[in-house]
Order: sequence, then structure tokens, then C-alpha cells
Amino acid sequence: MGHTNFHLSPKVLQFLGLLAAFWALCVFIEPDEENWLWRLPSLIAGLPLLINNSVDYLMYEWMPISVWDPEIEEYEDKPLFKEITRSISAGLLFLIHLVREVFLGGTKTIVAFTSWDFVTENPWAQVPALPWTVVTAGAILLGYKLKGAGLATMTGAGLIYIALFGQWEPSMETLSFVLIAAPISVVLGLAFGIWAYKSPAVETTLQPLLNVAQIVPHFSYLVPVMVFFGIGDHAGAIATIIFATPPMVRLTVLGLKNVSPEVLESGMMSGCSSFQLLFKVLIPTARRDILIGVNQVIMQCLAMAVIASFIGAKGLGYNLLLALNGLRIGKALEQGICIVLIAVVLDRLSLAWANKQTDYFADLNFMRRYKYSLLFGLVFLVGVVLAYLGTFCFRDGFNYLYMIPHNKGFTTEQFWQAGVDWIWDTFFFSLKAFNVFLITQILMPMKSAYLSMPVAATLLLVVGTAYIVTGLRSAIFVAGFVLFIALTEWWDRALITTYIMSASVIISGIIGITVGTLAAQHPVAARSMLLICDTFQTFPSFIYLIPVIMLFGVTDTSVLIAVVVYATIPATRYTIAGLQSVPPSLHDAGSMSGVNRIQRWLKIELPMSFPHIALGINQTVVFALSMVIIGAMIGTDDLGQFILKALSDKNGTGNGLVLGLCVAFIGLAIDQVLRTWANERKKALGLA
Amino acid sequence: MKLIKTRSIRQLVAGALVAGLSFTGVAQAADSTKPIVIPIHNWSSQVVMAYVIGGIFESMGNNVEYVPADTQAVYESIRNGDVTISHEVWQSTFGKSFYNAMAKGGVIDAGTHTALTLEEVGVPQWVIDKNLCPGLPDYKALLNCADVFSTPDSGGKGRILEGPQSWHGQEYPDRVEALLGDNWVVKFAGGADALWAELAAAKKEGRGTIIFNWTPNFTDADGFVFIEWPPYYPGCRKQDGGDSKCGSPKGWLKKAAYYKFPKTHPAAYMAFSQMSFNAGQIGSMAALVDIDGMDHKDAAKKWLADNEDVWKPFTQAGM
Repeated sequence: MGHTNFHLSPKVLQFLGLLAAFWALCVFIEPDEENWLWRLPSLIAGLPLLINNSVDYLMYEWMPISVWDPEIEEYEDKPLFKEITRSISAGLLFLIHLVREVFLGGTKTIVAFTSWDFVTENPWAQVPALPWTVVTAGAILLGYKLKGAGLATMTGAGLIYIALFGQWEPSMETLSFVLIAAPISVVLGLAFGIWAYKSPAVETTLQPLLNVAQIVPHFSYLVPVMVFFGIGDHAGAIATIIFATPPMVRLTVLGLKNVSPEVLESGMMSGCSSFQLLFKVLIPTARRDILIGVNQVIMQCLAMAVIASFIGAKGLGYNLLLALNGLRIGKALEQGICIVLIAVVLDRLSLAWANKQTDYFADLNFMRRYKYSLLFGLVFLVGVVLAYLGTFCFRDGFNYLYMIPHNKGFTTEQFWQAGVDWIWDTFFFSLKAFNVFLITQILMPMKSAYLSMPVAATLLLVVGTAYIVTGLRSAIFVAGFVLFIALTEWWDRALITTYIMSASVIISGIIGITVGTLAAQHPVAARSMLLICDTFQTFPSFIYLIPVIMLFGVTDTSVLIAVVVYATIPATRYTIAGLQSVPPSLHDAGSMSGVNRIQRWLKIELPMSFPHIALGINQTVVFALSMVIIGAMIGTDDLGQFILKALSDKNGTGNGLVLGLCVAFIGLAIDQVLRTWANERKKALGLA
Repeated sequence: MKLIKTRSIRQLVAGALVAGLSFTGVAQAADSTKPIVIPIHNWSSQVVMAYVIGGIFESMGNNVEYVPADTQAVYESIRNGDVTISHEVWQSTFGKSFYNAMAKGGVIDAGTHTALTLEEVGVPQWVIDKNLCPGLPDYKALLNCADVFSTPDSGGKGRILEGPQSWHGQEYPDRVEALLGDNWVVKFAGGADALWAELAAAKKEGRGTIIFNWTPNFTDADGFVFIEWPPYYPGCRKQDGGDSKCGSPKGWLKKAAYYKFPKTHPAAYMAFSQMSFNAGQIGSMAALVDIDGMDHKDAAKKWLADNEDVWKPFTQAGM
């Protein structure tokens, strides 16, 4: 490992030179809006309008077809594209309603086959809900069948919690749209992943698109989704699919590429058709990575539950926002817990299902083969009878054996609220001093330093760093990304976004690497830490925005803390993964050479796991960026505030998308450097 | 497939309006059974009123559906027909989005509530009671007590906490610059909940704070005093060519509807256009949730049961 020597390598010298040039530019360029070296003119300020007009044209004018509207008894020109997108919406909505009505009952599915007139005239025409007892018992059976008593207990506990605490209705609403969005994301992800695996051309095209899709903040495509697909659960599902599919594609490609050629050849030798090769050999072998993809899809779907409610998704997410608006943090917490429970139960069930091996040799009789279906039939009968008996027991209009009505269960709101209040009462004044110090001594100076950089100096520093670290090719990419932002009218805003992002990445990186290192020392600690990571990733970040504002005010401190809580997750996760990937033989070799624990960590484990950690920091940047944008809900003056504003702008679609691209390009510029660097280190360490 | 001449949506709206009026006046066609889609946002009075209006429509035999929607983006959805009505269009906060959507075509103005609203910055009652800034609520008092309202990040200047930038754009920064000068800054909060959190935190410390707020609102119960600026007159704001030396007008609270609503549901539209709630009624809807802790749907049921004399007449209009 020659790079760890302490003499100045040429790269370090180059970097010092770059810093000196950067410094000189900062000193000599006068802040003057007319000076191109200080701020570039916003040459592409017209881009949002252009996008907007194109979308409007496509949606409202292109290829009109004349359609008879029986409601107003007139012919109406309907643009083709809008008709297409609305048919997709209708299809999705039908699926969501179908699942929803199994759990909650309703009439929409019948309407889909008949008409509103029919349903209105025939009040009997509605789908009855499955009693909650049947759903819960069914889920327990499923858990038992897939993995045994442990999973059954967990599933049961989760669903009973949801039912008893009066969140059954919103939870099933959320579940019904996740049950549609998640499989679609998985299938889409698999399809694109396989396509990219088969064709390098597709992979090269897909790669940048995936990067952008993963970093563009969800707020910025809410308006376009709404314009194209309308508002409602289907729109929420579409936004969720856009958000959840990229990791699935990525992990599918990764998994397929890792299948060893021997496996592939043995498949070919056994005479597999290409279809069999794919589904019987490749995908089962790549199962591990693909399953991580499924896990990520489920996490992402539930992480979107709150944001999807901005464009019409019903359920826990919406109720949570409503509770927060009344500062009822206890109630919001209760709903947040339900979201996490659904995520964990779905994740474990799907994992167990995917890992279940088919027993080809079992020769079972009818009873044993259909044991679980028969049991479920029994449960169904008992549940329905109970629900029917319930109509006689509960006279006050609510049949608790059929459906526990919303907010009529037990509530732990008081308990959680008391906890939040206690934290507030106890720490309010001591935290205030810390807040003032942090803002006046660190954040404000840092912010003004970022804003006082001339654009020429920023460009030189960023592109120069990219060149020194990773070479000419990525330097050109990085230059493109940064120039794009500099040419919009939002350069200053982007600087502010970058300032909060970099402050939090530094803090999250330090915390994440420390915690990750400590947790990696013991397998149990590592596993619990990963579970905590999962929890925080799905736990809706909106909940802690409000307590944080109460403690730290509408300030950058609040934004910073909210971002750090979220962005520390990947830093921790990847550090654990990296340290665990260091082979034990290296530990032994180190110990034999007489290093102590700290030395071993610094000289062996950290350098060996550097590629992993670099990817972790990369993800930290992505998480931080997405949370900085949600930080606009606290109150910022960065790109996020403008993305929120785009929801009401006349050119909302264009503004939202271009602003989203600006955020994505900040992330991509950093991604470009970190990823290339990590890959080079991997090669140097002989890991790749 | 017959292609007829393209007509602008504006003409369609005009046509729909005329047709709607003549419909309700002359022949009473039956309402379509397709559901009327009512948006629900994230504050109590709006949500309860949504269920109240939905209840009124249902009593007339209509099908109703509720959909969560963003307060600003909802007008775009009405325009596209994905949402049928909006029943709380606040003049200064949503006026811009409302008129933007109307200009594009597809949204119609369905009348105004009796309630007069005020959307303005102000201070909580204790600031007046403790006399933290003598002379309030006159805005001139603020010139001498910027330090009372300073925060760690305002650099010693007084801070006014505005709602998100999407609500009024540059209006407050312009006004503060014109009337209060360099000693004040405007900070944009992320949403209404951020405003309430700031209010709660300021109450805990008993310190001064100036936030954007409105009435009728749940804060009315604890007392909230709006700053008195020079009176508003049309054209006084910078974007209208003025010098921004004016406050907010007493505002309207409007109702909006999809342009086909009068045709598809003539009776429901008639009732909707007649609906008008005053500040007291809106306050009582919110209080059932905010103070009595009821669920929004239950609150609406109770309100409908208690106030039949208020809402029954709406449904009989035009019959």
C-alpha cells in the first residue's frame, strides 16, 4: 500500500496548487453581478418555460380526438396523450381499489364493471370488507407457512397493534397502494435490469437515467405526475414507482453480473433455452442481490407514503400530516409506527416467500397439501361468524369484530406526547445556547463563505478536484453538471443547498463511521444496528421536523439536525458492510505483526473497506440532498423552497423539473468523483 | 372519428357557465351519479368543512369522494377535472394559484363565503400584554423594537416569519423593505405547522415573535393581534406597480369548481354556489376537532346534526 506513505505525492502537490489558485480567484474577483467571473448570466433561464410549454402542448393540444361526453351532451376535443395517460391511471386505480376493497369494502370495483347509476340504485351492490380478524389470522397463517412461529408472531403482533390502536382503516389504505406499487416496481426493475444485463448499450443509457431518478427530489416530479396522471392513489403509486424502481434495476444488474461463468456454462450444457437460463439459472443464483433490491423497493415505497399524500394517496401518510398540522406529535408518532410496522412485516414476508424452497419430492395427500388453504377457509368462516355475531353485541354503531373504526381504538397518543413534552421541557433552554452558538459561530459564517465564492473559483475547485482525483473524463462530466446549474437563475440557491448538504455530510460521515465501526465489532450489535437503520429509513422524517422546529426554531440548525438523522443511515450501513467484508485472515495477519486494535482499524480495516465506505458517503450525499429538500418544509432559502414553490407556479412543471435536475446534478457531480475514486482504490487493493 | 374545429377552453367555460345558469333556472336535470370529488387539505376547518359539504351533497342523493391534495396544486387538478370543487380559496394565500388555473381555463368561481378573512402578520396576545414592544399593533412601533424580535440567525435584526414563498412571493420582503427598512428581515417558513411550532416555542419562552397568520383560525382562541399597516388600496403592491407601502385587505374566502360541474351535477352545483359560511360557523367546525378532540368525520356529522337550519336552505335553492 504505497499510497499511505507520508511524502507528498504528485497528486497532493497538484491539489495544493489548485487550492492556491482557488484562493487567488476568491480574493481577486470582485462581487459584481455584471462580472461573468463572479456569477454567470442565466442563459438557460428560459428552459423551465420551454419544458412547460412542451408539456402543455403534449397534454392539451397534440393530436386532439373528438370524444362525445354524455355528461354535458357535447363533443369535446380530447388530446390523445392525455387520454393515454388517463387510461393508465384508470387501470392502476382499478387495481388499487380492488385490493383496498378486499380489506375495507366498498363499491368502486363493482362500479368498474357496471356504472355509478347501477350502484346508486342498488344499495346492496357493494363488496363487503374482510373482517380484521380474518386478515390478521390469515397473515399469521401465511407467516407460519413461510417461515414458522417466529415470523407468525411478528406478523400477528404488528397487525394486532395496528388494529387495536384504531389505525386499521388508514393502514389498509396505505397497504393497498403499496401492494400495487411494490410489485410493479419489482417487475419493472427486474425487466430493466435483465435488459441492461443483456445489452451493454441499454446499460450505458440506463445508468445516467437511474442516477438522476434516484437523486431528483420527489417534490420536483409531483407536479408533472399530477398533470400527466391526475390526482389520487394512482398518482401516489406512480410517484412511488418512479422513486422505488431504480435501486431494483441496479441490484438486478449487479446480481446477474456476479453470477459466475461456471454456473452459466453448466446451465447451457444442460440444454437450457434462453428463457430457462434466465429464470431457472441466472435469477435464482443472483437471488441474494435481487432480494436486497426487493427489500429496498418495500422500504422506498413506505418512505414515500407521506409524500404520496401530497398528490392524493389516502392512508397513514395523509393522517400523519393532518396530525402534525395540529402539532399532535403523539398521534403522528403512532401513525409513523404503523408505517414502519407495515414495512417490516411486508419485508420479512416477501423475504421468506422468496427464500422458500419448493420440495419437489414430497408426496403429500390432499389434506396435507392444502393444509393452509383449508385452515384459512376455517379462519374465514369463524371470522365472518364472529363479525356477524358482533352486529348484535355492539349497539353503538361500531362492530369491533368487523372493523375497528379509525381513531376508536386504544391510543398511546398521551404517552408519546408526554415523552415529547418532557424532552421539550427538559432540554429547551440548554439547547438554546447550543443553537445560538452553532448558528452564529459555524453555520452563518459557513453559509456566507459559500455565497462569497465567485463562480469561476467554484468551477475551478470542483472541476480541478475531479481532474486530480479521477482524471479527465469525469472532470468533463463534472464541469457539465456544474455549468448547467451556474447557467440557471438558481446558482445562489444551489450554493445554499450545497452548504447545508456538506455540513451534514461531514457530521453524518463522522457519526456513521464511528457508530458503524463500534457496531461491526460484534455480530449481534451489527444486526441490531442494521435493524435500527431500516427503521429510521422508513420512519417518516416529517414527524421529527416539528419537534426539531420546537427545539431549534425555524433555523438552519433544525434543517441540519433533520438531515443528519436521515443521512447517517447509509454511512453507518456501509461502514458495517465494509468492515465485515475484511477477511479475518487479514485481522490475524495484522495481529501477528503486532498491531494493536486502533492501529489495526486505522491501517488495515479502514483502508481495506475504503471502497465500501466511499460508496456509503456517496449514499450519504444522496440521502442528505433529498432531506435538505424536505427541509424546505421547515423553512430554507435554498433550491428546496423553490421546488415547493413550483407546486403553485404558473410554470410549475418546468420549474419543478429543472430545479430537480439542479439538485440531481449536485449529487451526480459528487457521485462521479467518489465512485471513480472508490473503483480505483478497489483495483489498487486487489478487490475488483 | 369526426374532428371538429378546436375551440379554446375559455369558450367552453363561457359556454358551460351560460348553460349552467340556464339549466338551473329552467329545467332541473338529474345530477349525475358519478362522485363529486372534494379535496381535503391539512388543517381542521378545511377538512371538517369538506365532510360537511360532502354530507350536504349526500343528503341530496349525490355520491361523494374525498381526496387528499396539496393546497397549491389542487387548482391544477380542478382544471383537469380530477377534483370537482375547492371550498376554501383564501384570497392572499391561494388567490395566485386559483387565478393562474382560471386563466388557463377549466376552473370557475363558484361564489364567496360570508366570512371575511384577514391574512396578515401579527403577534400573539402576550406580546401586547407584556408590552414587549410599546405602540403595537401599529407598525411604526416595530421601527424601535427590532431587537425584541431578533433570532440567532437574523444577525441582530428583527425577524418576521412568513409562510412558504409559494403563498405571497415577494410581497412581505417588499413591504418590510419599504416600511421598516434595513433593520428587519423576512424568513420563509416551510408550512403552516412550522408557524404553529414557532408560536408554541415563543410561548414557552415568553419571547416576542411575529408570524404570518390568518383569521378565522384556531389561534383566535388564545388571542392574536394583527399588525396594522397603512391601508390597502388596489395597485399599492410592487407587482401591481405600487410602492408596497400597504397592508393586506380584508380578504374573501371563495369557492372554486370544475367548469363541467354545473352541467353534470346541476342541483349539487346550485347548492354549492349558495353555500356560504361565516367566521363563527367555520370556527365552530374547527373547534370540534381542535378543542373537543373529535375525529374530523365525526365532527362533521355532529355539526350537520346541530346546524340543520343553516345548511338545509342551501339544498332547497333553485327548487
